[in-house]
Amino acid sequence: MSNVWTIARREYSRFFTSPIAYVVGFVMLLTLGIMFAITILYFRQNALGAGYGPPPAPDMSGITGTFAFLSVLMLPALTMRLVSEENRMGTMELLLTAPVRDWELIVGKWLGGLLYMLTLLGATLIYAFILHVLETPGIDQQQLLTSYLGLILVVASLLSLGVGVSAMFNNQIAAFFVTLGVFIFFWWLVGFPASYVGSAGDFFSFLDMKTHFYDSMNQGVINLSDLSYFGSMIALGLFAGTTAVEVRRWG
Amino acid sequence: MIKVQGLTKDYGARRAVSDLTFEARQGEVVGFLGPNGAGKTTTMRILTGYMPPTEGSAQVAGFDVVEESLEVRKRVGYLPETVPLYTDMTAVEYLTFMADLRRLPEAEDRALETLELVGMDSRAGSYIGSLSKGMRQRIGLAQALIHHPEVLILDEPTIGLDPAQVVEVRNLIREIGKQRTVLLSTHILTEAQQICDRVLIINKGRIVAEDTPQNLQSRLVGSERASVRVRGDSDGLSKVIQKVKGVRSTQAHGDGTVEFQFSPGQDVRPEVAQAIVGAGYELLELQAVGMSLEEIFLELTREDGQSRRKER
Repeated sequence: MSNVWTIARREYSRFFTSPIAYVVGFVMLLTLGIMFAITILYFRQNALGAGYGPPPAPDMSGITGTFAFLSVLMLPALTMRLVSEENRMGTMELLLTAPVRDWELIVGKWLGGLLYMLTLLGATLIYAFILHVLETPGIDQQQLLTSYLGLILVVASLLSLGVGVSAMFNNQIAAFFVTLGVFIFFWWLVGFPASYVGSAGDFFSFLDMKTHFYDSMNQGVINLSDLSYFGSMIALGLFAGTTAVEVRRWG
Repeated sequence: MIKVQGLTKDYGARRAVSDLTFEARQGEVVGFLGPNGAGKTTTMRILTGYMPPTEGSAQVAGFDVVEESLEVRKRVGYLPETVPLYTDMTAVEYLTFMADLRRLPEAEDRALETLELVGMDSRAGSYIGSLSKGMRQRIGLAQALIHHPEVLILDEPTIGLDPAQVVEVRNLIREIGKQRTVLLSTHILTEAQQICDRVLIINKGRIVAEDTPQNLQSRLVGSERASVRVRGDSDGLSKVIQKVKGVRSTQAHGDGTVEFQFSPGQDVRPEVAQAIVGAGYELLELQAVGMSLEEIFLELTREDGQSRRKER
């Protein structure tokens, strides 16, 4: 386990010297800031338009929902170089001849990325706090917790797939586009056939990542099927990454 | 200790290493000598657990490189040919990271110690990206030494170093080689001659010769050679030398120099000198011409393989 931690720690600190990580962080936090301002204005207006019953309870689902959406677009930029750069620079040879198991390497890379995203995610908690203080009944904390848990699972799944793809390439740009393709597939495309193929549609809608988040966890609902979906996605990406490293050895 | 038995590695249809068998004992520096693409790097990659062999087996530090890869990797220090380094880290950060991966206690102290060993302690805080090639080479070497490995595998360790550093690194390797096993590849023949206890000459994935540098030299030389130089006109000199008993052949170079060959162990040089002076020539120089490792190497790795047959 400590090898995983060594690699994760190094990857994490590396993000803070990488311009791409700053760009990703900046764009995400800026967009979320704007979203938050809109959310506040929205509740304000509703509260002012009183007389039509009590104002709706303020919640963070708009922010967490946007975070998930932005992750789909931005995470490929974070994961693209995680393993591919080691392949290109030849440093892979160093890691593969150090006493580190292949899966430890991949899991370490993934965990490093997750820690970075958790940092960004942690920064958005300030919005939840402000919202909680501003609004008199406060926000639904259980729902907040569930949304964030869901968000962590979404990000962890995306990162895992991204690391898996990155391990297959020597070229960051190739890794970027393939990762983006995989994300778009699981986030949007796979859900489309669901409405056309009748009973087989259940299968497609199960693969659809956004429904597992938007329609359940982001609404404060925890389903075993959602948890197992995200668990499988994480396992799939990490497995693909480990296999890619093993294949490289046999090269 | 390194023990290699029938090692073979194919890349698709191409056979990079073919039925390689050799041993390197503790306290021995073994040199891997061969032209580019001979299979040196591939063999080293197999021995360090980077890739499995297609056939055959190898044991390093008493563990099988395929079955007990992690145990092998714990005990081997490896400097790859490309000297892979993280350019965005400082020298000490990088070595601390490598020490952490090897789970060494007090990783940072170990990193600094090793930097001192390779003479890079003054640049500990510099980013690797800003260091010169020779400095990077030394950081790479430090990385291979940081855990005091039982077996050290170095792929062209002195490439890119300036002459003073080359001497330093060679001394360091020789020092380490006294207690541990060192396998290094090189295509610098004088280097092999200077630091290796034993040399394996490898060509097209096969070992074509294996011996100490000195023995290789004497074994391969079928006859001994010497050259003489006289003042002025050397016409007819060849004939004079040819007449001396024991001289096999002569070759005139035109500038007053004649080279002659004789059977080993039957030194005819004094007789040749007497004959030359006796014939009225003014003898300026009489010199033994040894076959250098360079020539042996070229002989052995030559296409036609004529001398290889002689060797095997």
